[in-house]
Amino acid sequence: MRALSRRMKLAAAIVAVAMAVGSYASQNARAETVLRVGMTAADIPLTVGQPDNGFEGFRFIGYVLYDALINWDLSSADKASGLTPGLAESWSVDPNDKAKWIFNLRRGVKFHDGSEFTADAVIFNFDKLMKTDSPQYDARQASLVNFRIPAVKSWRKIDDYTVEFTTKEPDSFFPYQICYILMASPAQWAKTKDWQKFAAEPSGTGPWKLDQLVPRERAELIKNSGYWDSKRVPKTDRLILFPIPEPATRTSALLSGQVDWIEAPAPDAIPRIKSAGLNVVANGYPHIWSYHLSRLPDSPWNDIRLRKAANYAIDRDGIVKLLGGYAIAAKGHVQPDDPWFGKPGFELTYDPEKAKTLLKEAGYGKDNPLKVKISISASGSGQMQPLGMNEYIQQNLAEVGIQVAFEVMEWQSLLDRWRAGAKADQNKGIHATNISYTTQDPFSSFTRFMQSDLHAPNGVNWGWYADAEMDELLKGAKTAFDPKERDTWLAKVHTKQVDDAVFVWVVHDVAPRAMHPKVKGFVQAKNWFQDLTPVYIQE
Amino acid sequence: MIAYIVRRILYVIPIALGVTVFIFSLVHLAPGDPLSAVVAPDAPKEVVEQLKRDYGFDKPLPLQYVIWLGRAVTGDFGISVATGRDVTSELGPAILNTMLLAVAATLVGFSFGCLLGGIAGYFQGRSLDKLATGIAVAGISVPHYWLGLVLVIIFSVELNALPAMGMGPGGSRAWAWDAAHMRHLILPVITLSVIPMGIITRTVRATVAEIRNQEFVQALEAKGLRKHQVLRHIAKNAAPTVLAVMGLQLGYLLGGSILVETVFSWPGTGFLMNDAIFRRDIPLLQGAILVLALFFVALNLLVDVVQTAIDPRMRRN
Repeated sequence: MRALSRRMKLAAAIVAVAMAVGSYASQNARAETVLRVGMTAADIPLTVGQPDNGFEGFRFIGYVLYDALINWDLSSADKASGLTPGLAESWSVDPNDKAKWIFNLRRGVKFHDGSEFTADAVIFNFDKLMKTDSPQYDARQASLVNFRIPAVKSWRKIDDYTVEFTTKEPDSFFPYQICYILMASPAQWAKTKDWQKFAAEPSGTGPWKLDQLVPRERAELIKNSGYWDSKRVPKTDRLILFPIPEPATRTSALLSGQVDWIEAPAPDAIPRIKSAGLNVVANGYPHIWSYHLSRLPDSPWNDIRLRKAANYAIDRDGIVKLLGGYAIAAKGHVQPDDPWFGKPGFELTYDPEKAKTLLKEAGYGKDNPLKVKISISASGSGQMQPLGMNEYIQQNLAEVGIQVAFEVMEWQSLLDRWRAGAKADQNKGIHATNISYTTQDPFSSFTRFMQSDLHAPNGVNWGWYADAEMDELLKGAKTAFDPKERDTWLAKVHTKQVDDAVFVWVVHDVAPRAMHPKVKGFVQAKNWFQDLTPVYIQE
Repeated sequence: MIAYIVRRILYVIPIALGVTVFIFSLVHLAPGDPLSAVVAPDAPKEVVEQLKRDYGFDKPLPLQYVIWLGRAVTGDFGISVATGRDVTSELGPAILNTMLLAVAATLVGFSFGCLLGGIAGYFQGRSLDKLATGIAVAGISVPHYWLGLVLVIIFSVELNALPAMGMGPGGSRAWAWDAAHMRHLILPVITLSVIPMGIITRTVRATVAEIRNQEFVQALEAKGLRKHQVLRHIAKNAAPTVLAVMGLQLGYLLGGSILVETVFSWPGTGFLMNDAIFRRDIPLLQGAILVLALFFVALNLLVDVVQTAIDPRMRRN
């Protein structure tokens, strides 16, 4: 009897302790934190490896599910965003043959499916994009990204953690190009050998893993707790992406609490968003809204006086006001705090009198206006508020004696015309085109527009600009492998670009985004891409 | 009657063929490269050419049409240029999502339309007629894109009573007939139903008013029939005309409203086609328009058959 009683007391004690522990655990069990984002895209960007939907695709799927050998440094809101080691710990150019690059890969990195990241994965992914006879070749992914890596000629594995790339010629811009090539898991692809099936169960090395995908409705991603960069393991458990292409719907979704974060709120809704106690964040980033001028023989823009006059005529501060303060008046193609800004002597100020003087010298004025036609779009990625902005500028230019007629078209049509170049029949009579550009890397910022041989069909030097001195400066930048030296060359490129008024520049976008005050930790980098890993929800 | 139905079904074949030619031509006549919206603007030429070959865009147009038609009759509408997904797998769920919205909007719009139109027609010239007609005109005149946005501002943003977008927790795949999901139907259904409601109201009003003034109605009243019995006769006579209009309106609703579905991010055929248009996703556009056009043709056939079944005059003719 006594023994039974002791056993019963022991059993009761164990039960009591278990209940206490269980109660403690349940009280302290953390509910999953969820960040819900409303994107501007009309569909979830492709999850197959290389995303579509432009840079928004990279922002919310590309760099979320995947890494590149070199990533962007998105940790600071104050300084220009540069490159940082990704799946490659280091890289260097062969001093004896500057067309050869050696990349030393990071060890111990695993794909989401558990397989290891090695040099074989690098070869696999480059073959996927460029080796048309490889079983994994995907023309669709190639069409989305190959133009961003024009320098590469060949690639080979040296050992499991070393890869060698050969470029077509010495090209110091190569690291900037590598960061757009994302590493998908060869082992995952090998299970089905079908990129469509891969897209449904993608596997990268990125800080998030895909949990659920409902095309055109939502993508749910969960944090990758085993991410190779322990400092960038997401602080939110679950990220849900919603495609909400209509700006008013996005704004309403945020205001009604259906989402926590929206991209690109409608500018006229920003006061309403702020009055509801929500936060609007914005920061300059490598973007320029400008007019890309034709330099064909019959174009009036071959006269530098007219190019400068047009630049003087634009009230950039007025445009910033038109956009509710959400823009930065341009001082050049890149922003003054950019290491490539240089020291241009031509200052972009609003000076209609100077504009009129220059026009008069060139034989124009209000009585004999310069008549030009510009192709513009009604909307489009990075185009901001094209109709309103163009109408405002049209008035500015009319006041000094430049009469602008617009040919308004749908965004994709404008891009078709842009690809075709100023000489194409469809662009006959068009003296400039209004397409916003990224200035994130040297090739995208300068080379593709100003290198004389990169006109259509070889590239997007839309206006057929050709200047021997500029070609030399671009070559100097391309062959300067010391980063500081390269920046110096690029500063010379930009200085000449501004001094020659190669474009008519207007404003830089600041990528406003609106979010609930419970969303904390976000650092808006000066980059088209953003890091969602430090974001957390504070209820 | 059977012969009539068989004849009408046989007429559908040349109509459907004509529709396919029309759709195919229209989509390909639009300016621009078929891949320009889905490849990067400065994609390498050789890659673009490879994609053209993969999608068959390098073949002559008549051959592309024949290949497409041959596959379409088996239910294979090809692969979406934008997403690489099978067009049929994209269309199927979108059509179901639009049907959910369309049927709900039909029930609301047609019910209110018949009620208001009946009242207006029966009390023609009186204040009830004016009130009902006013509501109908407002319904037809108000742009439903604007109405949708206003309803969202009032009920989602200000009152926080109803959601602004989507098909509910978990999306369309997790649809359930519960309050959490039905809440998402309310605002888009109201928005979508106002135009059909207005049109049905006016049609019913005009038809009822016309029939009300016919001699046989006076004869029925003189015979001593009660109001509800007279109304039954009026309704039977009004039905063929109203049914024809309802059929057209249902076809319009099933087509999916691009504007309403975009405002509410409702993943139906309208939302799908909006994206397909902007991305020049030709296979998806062709497939979507063809299926919806055939829906319309089938619906009209059904309306004709029902009209014939209920109207003895048409049967005699």
